[in-house]
Amino acid sequence: MSSPQPRVGVIQFPGSQDDRDAVWALAALDAEAFLVWHAEAELPDLDAVVLPGGFSYGDYLRCGAIARFSPAMAAVAEFAADGGLVLGICNGFQILCEAGLLPGVLRPNASLTFTCRDVRLRVECVDTPFTTRCASGQELVIPVKNGEGCWFADENLYAELESRGQIVLRYAEPVNGSVHDVAGVVNEQGNVLGLMPHPEHAVDPLLGSPDGAFILASLVESARERALHLV
Amino acid sequence: MRATVLVRPKEGILDPQGEAVEGALRQLGFSIGDARIGRVVDLQLDESDQAAARAAVERMCEQLLANPLIESYEIELHENGTA
Repeated sequence: MSSPQPRVGVIQFPGSQDDRDAVWALAALDAEAFLVWHAEAELPDLDAVVLPGGFSYGDYLRCGAIARFSPAMAAVAEFAADGGLVLGICNGFQILCEAGLLPGVLRPNASLTFTCRDVRLRVECVDTPFTTRCASGQELVIPVKNGEGCWFADENLYAELESRGQIVLRYAEPVNGSVHDVAGVVNEQGNVLGLMPHPEHAVDPLLGSPDGAFILASLVESARERALHLV
Repeated sequence: MRATVLVRPKEGILDPQGEAVEGALRQLGFSIGDARIGRVVDLQLDESDQAAARAAVERMCEQLLANPLIESYEIELHENGTA
């Protein structure tokens, strides 16, 4: 094989649930993926970081509010500040928002119910390292499973994000009451993405939809390119 | 010294829990306006100086207890042994 496998660390918090699925999906898409325990104050040599879904610290206080103070999160913030690729899925998205690495906050679903089903998403922005494999306006079917997936930003913040192309994914159907149906946002620098749907659960067609691979394969490809440039 | 922190959803923020409780109270026949649900955090502090205690609890609120995007907070301080 000519191109190296990019190294992707999946941070495992107490209460993480989808950490192993993320490792499996990334490995299936040709990354060298492995778990990194949240108490590690230093990250190993990585080309990308994934914060997985789950219920870190039992979602106590607010989801993600306690995990953001894990020692590994200081290292992730540093990694992101240096331009490293960071993907937060579900609880990972919540942690990134609480940590201030992504704008907005996730709140209880408007329905007050735990929502677990395949949803249709629209790709609004292909100009990110996480959507290189997608076409603009492409519809993806990826499952959500959360009780607090309702993304909120006030109108001023939303307008800023929209004008800068930071709204990357939007629900193509009503799901949870998110402001303007936002399902995924990227930071201003473009190297940190958070989304509520679970691409790692939609890589093998056996599970209903392989569309999650559009997101994760984009990440793996972008991480590989970065690894090659750094070598 | 003890502190009681009241954390509330900011005005205009969707509060589905509050709406559900509001609906239930109406169903019980109570005539009410909005119901909003927040949380209460009771803290036992080592600090005995009022100003220093308040400053410390404010830092706790800013860093962890409330998310300023969606929540406001109010701090009440009590001497130990008082209500």
